[in-house]
This record gives sequence, C-alpha cells and structure tokens, in this order.
Amino acid sequence: MFLVDNLPPLRADETVVALGIEGSANKVGVGIVRYDGEYAILSNPRETYVTPPGSGFRPRETTARHHQRRVAPLIARCLADAGVRGEDVDCVCYTRGSGARARARVDAGPATSAPAQARLWRVPLVPVNHCVAHIEMGRVATAASDPVVLYVSGGNTQVLAYSGDRYRIFGETVDIAVGNCLDRFARAVGLSNDPSPGLNVERAAARGRALVPLPYGVKGMDVSFSGLLTHAEARARRRPSPGAATAEDLCFSLQETIFAMLVEVTERAMAHCGRKDVLLVGGVGCNARLQAMMADMARGRGGACCKMDQRYCIDNGAMIAQAGIFAYQHGARTPLAACDCTQRFRTDDVRAIWRKGTDR
Amino acid sequence: MASLVAAPSPSPDEPSPVQPGWELLSQGAEARVYGCTVFGLPAVAKHRFRKTYRHPEIDSKLRKERTLAEARCLAKCAELGIRAPAVLVADTARHALYLERVAGLTGKAYVDEHRWKRPARVADMLRRFGEAVAVLHDAGLTHGDLTTSNVICEAAADGGLESLALIDFGLGSLSSTPEDKAVDLYVLERALISTHRDADEMWDAVRDAYREKSADPAPTLTRLDAVRARGRKRECFG
Repeated sequence: MFLVDNLPPLRADETVVALGIEGSANKVGVGIVRYDGEYAILSNPRETYVTPPGSGFRPRETTARHHQRRVAPLIARCLADAGVRGEDVDCVCYTRGSGARARARVDAGPATSAPAQARLWRVPLVPVNHCVAHIEMGRVATAASDPVVLYVSGGNTQVLAYSGDRYRIFGETVDIAVGNCLDRFARAVGLSNDPSPGLNVERAAARGRALVPLPYGVKGMDVSFSGLLTHAEARARRRPSPGAATAEDLCFSLQETIFAMLVEVTERAMAHCGRKDVLLVGGVGCNARLQAMMADMARGRGGACCKMDQRYCIDNGAMIAQAGIFAYQHGARTPLAACDCTQRFRTDDVRAIWRKGTDR
Repeated sequence: MASLVAAPSPSPDEPSPVQPGWELLSQGAEARVYGCTVFGLPAVAKHRFRKTYRHPEIDSKLRKERTLAEARCLAKCAELGIRAPAVLVADTARHALYLERVAGLTGKAYVDEHRWKRPARVADMLRRFGEAVAVLHDAGLTHGDLTTSNVICEAAADGGLESLALIDFGLGSLSSTPEDKAVDLYVLERALISTHRDADEMWDAVRDAYREKSADPAPTLTRLDAVRARGRKRECFG
C-alpha cells in the first residue's frame, strides 16, 4: 500500500513496526502495520463476540470477559503470523475511545494489555481515536487523499471532512446510530445476530420488493432514525395479518429510506465543502446497497466512492496501528501515565498532526 | 456481495425543463441551478433532477415535497418582507422553480473574502444573518438547512453589505415549535464550527443578534441547550 500525499517525506530506509489493539465494541482485534517506504498490514486477526438471538450488544459483563480472555492469545497469534518478534515492535497503539469498553471496565483486556505490552517491550504507547483509525485505514487502503467520510457503525453516524488541522463533523445523527437502528429492527423481525444482524437485514432486504413509506428524517446535514425505527417496528408487529408487509419488504423499505438519507447528507456535505470523493467506513459501510447508492451519487458529481474492503471497514487492530503509526512517525508521544481510556472522545478532539500542510 | 444489491427498477425518463443556452451555476445536494431569463428578467432555474441512487418512489415524493415547500416558504418570505428570491414560476410537474436571480457572494465566500482585511464587514454580515433568522422564526418559518452557503450577500455601492438574502428553502417548513427553531439554530451552529476557523465568535455574533431581534427568543434558546446536549451525547460506542 502506498499513500499518495499528505505526509512529509519520511525516511524510506527507516522501518517502523506498530502493533494495534482494538476492543472498543463487540470485536477484539490485534494488527501489525509495518512502514518501510510504504505501509503494509502484516497480520490482522480478530474475534467477534456474538450475542444470543434476541439480545443486543452487552458492553459491561459478557463482552468484557470475552475480550479479556481472547486478547493475549490474539497478540501471540498476530506476532507469529506476521513473523515479528516482540522486540521488533516500535510502538503499541490502542483505542483510547470512543467506545464501550473504555468506560465499562478499565481492567478489561485491551485497555490494560496495551500498557502491559508497551512496558514489556519498553516502547511508546500511542492512544488512538477509533473513528480517526477507520478514516486513516480507509485513506491508506483506497489511496483517497482528501475525501468526505461517512462513518456508519453500530454506535456512530457521522459525516466528516478534514478541515483546519482536524476531522470536522459536518453532520451526524441527532438520536440513535444507523447500525443500532438496523440491529434493533433485525431483532424486531426476529433475524439472527449471526454473523451480524445488519448482514441479515441486508440479505432479507435483497428479497423485498414493495416499498413501505417510512418517515424521512433529514435536517441540513444531520439525520434522525429513532422515529423511523419506532414506525418500522410498529409495522413489523402488525405481521402476519393478511395484507401486511412481509419482513423482507420491511427490511427493503428500511434500507432504502435510511440509506437515501445518509447519501443525501453526504452529498450535502460534499456540495458545501467542494469535495468530489467519498470514503465509506464503519461496519454499515460493508452494506452493498449503501455502497452502490453512494457510488451512484459520487459519479453524478464527477467523483468516486472509494471501495472499502470488508477487512478495513469492520473494527480491527490494524486500523488502530495505522492511525497510531502516523501519529508516532510525526512525533506524538504520550507519557504512560497519561494513557487513559474514555467513552467520550469526539473525532474532532484529535489534531491530525500527520496531515499538517494539506489544509485547504 | 454484489448479488445482494436489490436495485430499484428505473422509472421512465421524465421531461426535463432544461433549455439550450442555460448556464449551469451550481449543483447542490438535490438540485442543479441554471442561469436563465424569465419574462426578460435575470432569473435562475432550480431543477430538482431525478436522483438515480434512491428508490423512485422516495425520489419523486421528496422532489415534489421539497419543490412545494420551497415555493411556499419563499412566497411567505415575500409576504413578510424577508429578503429571499422571489418565485417567478413554479413548474411542479417537472420539479423546477424559476426564481429571481440574487447577485452576490455566498456568506461563506464573503467571510473568506473579508475576514482578514475587513472584519467589521463579517461582523455586520453575521449580525444581519442572526436578525434574518429571528424574523423568519418569529413569522413561524424554519429553514431546515441554515449554513453560510445558504445566504447571499448583496453588495452595496461602497462594497459593503446592502442586504442579506436567504436561499435554499427545500427543507423549510411553515410549522414551527421551539424544538424546530432550536434544531434550525443547532444546524447553523454546527455548520459554522465545521466550516469556519473562528466559529465560536461567529456563532456568538449570530446568536446575540438573534436574541436581540426576536420577540420571544427564550424558549428557543433554552430548547437549543437541550438539543445540543442530545447531540453531544452521541459518542458512545465504536
């Protein structure tokens, strides 16, 4: 992989190895990124905590225990797969926030395994913002230098663009996140959580045909999903009375409506700040219908929707390593004592020092 | 994954209002704006063209609703003396509005033009922006997409600001509660923060002018705090 611009020239003969640990939601992952003139992912294993049918993501107890048990074996596996020895690692990057784990249990896996590893290897610890990690991995993976970013996941819905030393939030949800909306609707119509509720909604929607009108909530560049979800759930409860919409039709209508809203606000941000390309990140970004709609919109503006690889869209360790290695290479150093975790950590709190000089 | 895509079937092409010789001025999120003349007057044609990315039923409903909402809001503005482009012709069948052409820089371009050399002009513009929104809200109208891209600064003879015109009422509505007005202001505050460097001062200037001009600003500004708190809460899980 090769980054087109945005970075002052780094020494090509220099090799930097970063290990990233992610565990802020229902996935725990460890990834290794190496720089030697360009960036490469050497290894990126992860595990997902799948909740039983009918129940949602539980941050405090079960997920924390799952991550705690899995993180040490994942680190060992990641190093072995990458063919990297512990002492070759130059920095350990971890998700400082935002995330559930951060607040839930500071003694949980990733939050303490990262400092432990950093102490063990005597290397710097680099705190990383989860959303910034998605963006930077996406930029490296797709070589999109300065796109408008739509970040859509179980906990976040944001339209972002780089402006004045950081990623600014142009629009976001005013209530629940889009992934949360899809997941809750999946439960309302009895779809399984395996492999993920969102994917099962997508599969059901592909079999739907009739469009059920649902409330459309757009305010400027902001979106609202809670009223729409309540309405869709009420329709779902009416089944299976004769003439009622099928679960497939409802999934189809839900997707068509909320994705139209997301594409519209993304386009409004593009028009507002004069950019042509879009980068889709976050778990919901894996949805093929959303990708197709976004690509159609971007084509109409003479740009492109960068095709996001599933491996990068979904939470993983390598994206934490990627954002962390940028900060590390540009001199960011945080004392161990100051390396905390926080649930509230807005994307626009982070100064993207590695993008300095690319301002517009 | 591609096999999962259930693309809606394309609807038959609808007649386009676009005439040869029209000049494309801008393409916003939902419409193309062309320069043209109507009854010999300089005008713009705002065409909400078909968005192929969305389902045809959602698409035609939105385009119809927004063309009508915009025409209604602009007519109401004209009635109340709020500076906004006059509606010359509404062609709802083809989702097109023919509007008076308002010449001038957008608020965003005006700020970039004057912020260093003539900050007083920027301050004047922001004050008038706040006042215009106050008048709008007092009249029972909300805009729905207040940004510095959606105001036009009409220049006076000395290069200063003659008047400020609000444009782009596609998300506007005639019903307005403190909640709607507060969300309107929240959208503006956020747009300032994401677009401009000294957004805090700019927002303070707009809000102070709003508070002074509006007959009853308290319910809306109180509600704004609640709307803001709701927005900030949104940073929980990854």
